[in-house]
Amino acid sequence: MRRFADVFARRAMRVSAAVPGLIVLVILLALVGKSRTILGLKSFAGLLFGSSWHPLRGDFGFGPFLSGTLWVTLAAMVLAVPISILTAIYLSEYAPRRVRELAKPMIDLLAGIPSVVYGVWGVLIVVPFVGNVLAPAFGATSSGYSVLAAGIVLAVMVFPTIIHVSLEVFAAVPQSLREASLALGATNWETVRHVVLRKGLQGIIAAVVLGLSRAFGETMAVLMVVGNVARAPKSLFDPGATLPSLLANNYGEMLSIPLYDSALMLAALVLFGVVLVFNIAARIILVRVERRSE
Amino acid sequence: MRIRRRRALEERIFKVLMAASAIAVLGGLLLIVGTVVVKSLPALRLSMLIQTPKGGFYLGREGGILNAIVGSLYLASGATLLAVIFGLPIVLYLNLYARPRSAMAVFTRFSLDVLWGVPSIVYGAFGFIVMAALGLRASLLAGIITVALLELPIMTRAMDEVIRLVPQAMTDASASLGATKLETALKVVIRQAMPGILTAVLIAFGRGIGDAASVLFTAGFTDSVPTSLLQPAATLPLAIFFQLGTPYPEVQERAYASAAILTLLILAISLISRTLIRRISKHSVR
Repeated sequence: MRRFADVFARRAMRVSAAVPGLIVLVILLALVGKSRTILGLKSFAGLLFGSSWHPLRGDFGFGPFLSGTLWVTLAAMVLAVPISILTAIYLSEYAPRRVRELAKPMIDLLAGIPSVVYGVWGVLIVVPFVGNVLAPAFGATSSGYSVLAAGIVLAVMVFPTIIHVSLEVFAAVPQSLREASLALGATNWETVRHVVLRKGLQGIIAAVVLGLSRAFGETMAVLMVVGNVARAPKSLFDPGATLPSLLANNYGEMLSIPLYDSALMLAALVLFGVVLVFNIAARIILVRVERRSE
Repeated sequence: MRIRRRRALEERIFKVLMAASAIAVLGGLLLIVGTVVVKSLPALRLSMLIQTPKGGFYLGREGGILNAIVGSLYLASGATLLAVIFGLPIVLYLNLYARPRSAMAVFTRFSLDVLWGVPSIVYGAFGFIVMAALGLRASLLAGIITVALLELPIMTRAMDEVIRLVPQAMTDASASLGATKLETALKVVIRQAMPGILTAVLIAFGRGIGDAASVLFTAGFTDSVPTSLLQPAATLPLAIFFQLGTPYPEVQERAYASAAILTLLILAISLISRTLIRRISKHSVR
């Protein structure tokens, strides 16, 4: 009886272990299946880079949304990467133990805040700040609902991701290397720059790529502050729209217009594909880092 | 002499930059929670918590968001349960049955990593396709399935990390007493890793309750508390989103209050998981 239970459990668990791989495959197949309708009628490149989005006329160019996504993601990364990495260095190399033990749960907390709440904060603080302070300071006029506002909100959202992975990477750098550098008379910062950062470079790249893919796919917070205009932004103070916000905004009407649902599922497929590539790249780098430190 | 001063200066500059960054990150957290709580005060009343909205789709400016609170709790509980049912066997298989570097184990972990990075809006779109294929309408059930997909990789990865830490000596000891792998798994490994497993479950629950993009397509929205799995269900994040989207300042204020409720709920979950761990880890062997 015990043997039977064990054999049965072994089989059942083996089957369940195949579930994650199957989910990836099924999501991919479902999205491809749905987007084939529109891909059969129009060219993929034309859809991806086309600048005209008029579903009623049958124009489904993702250009404005793709460009909006790139602007927003880029703005977020320019802000988030230096701040997160400097914070991670501070926490791992400089901060006293007590500060580090206090900061870690707070960073986890930041990661746990729902994106809608980030969105509310964006609407209350970031949007007025961009509209009333930043834009006039640069001689631009803006309602505040802009690519920049979305970038700032996203930057705060990806802090925890980049900091968390970077901390792990720094912890994997052998202590003896630091001691050797310090013993040669290097200052603390020189040790960080020439030893810790150099040794951890690949891991930091992976951390940044993971943050990038998180920013790329974020929906609700961006949707609430980006302005949702289907036009490619020309400056940071312009409103825009992103691929995820396109999906979230139009789910209601997608069944009433021909090809609309297929076009939106193609947008989801593009998102899935990009995030897939980013994640695979980051994982490959991280696995290599792990092997080397073993 | 001059070189030494330059080096000291560089050290100083970067120290200031780093401290400023750390303050910006932690200040960001305080600013977010602080803003939401302060802005919510004018509209925050007990009636928000215990009444359903009056006068359709929140435009009535009366009543509360009980429908969304209960809807979110149902949805996240159902999804978390589903994710545990599928997730726990996966983790046990990876750590007890599979050989560490076997192709199957590597591929499964890799798939979980990929799923972890998939944006929730993509899960929402996928859930919508499945729903349409099965002939379901937007409902609590469809929402539960979609959110379970979202929670599965978060939960399994967190569980994997703690179960990996169970000492080999413990499982060896159990095996040498004649226990089968299943008995070792249920009576030794799960018990030893219980604090970590519970944290993983609570992390997933928190993510499930806070996610909006995945339920936008699948769970629907309603002003009443759902009484069956096939009815649509309101959720807290969407209630916030819809209230904020109205043109009326009074209703927007209620959105801030709802956001404060959601934030406090998440903070409470995180606190509970911390104290739970401290309590339960007393019974773990160190």
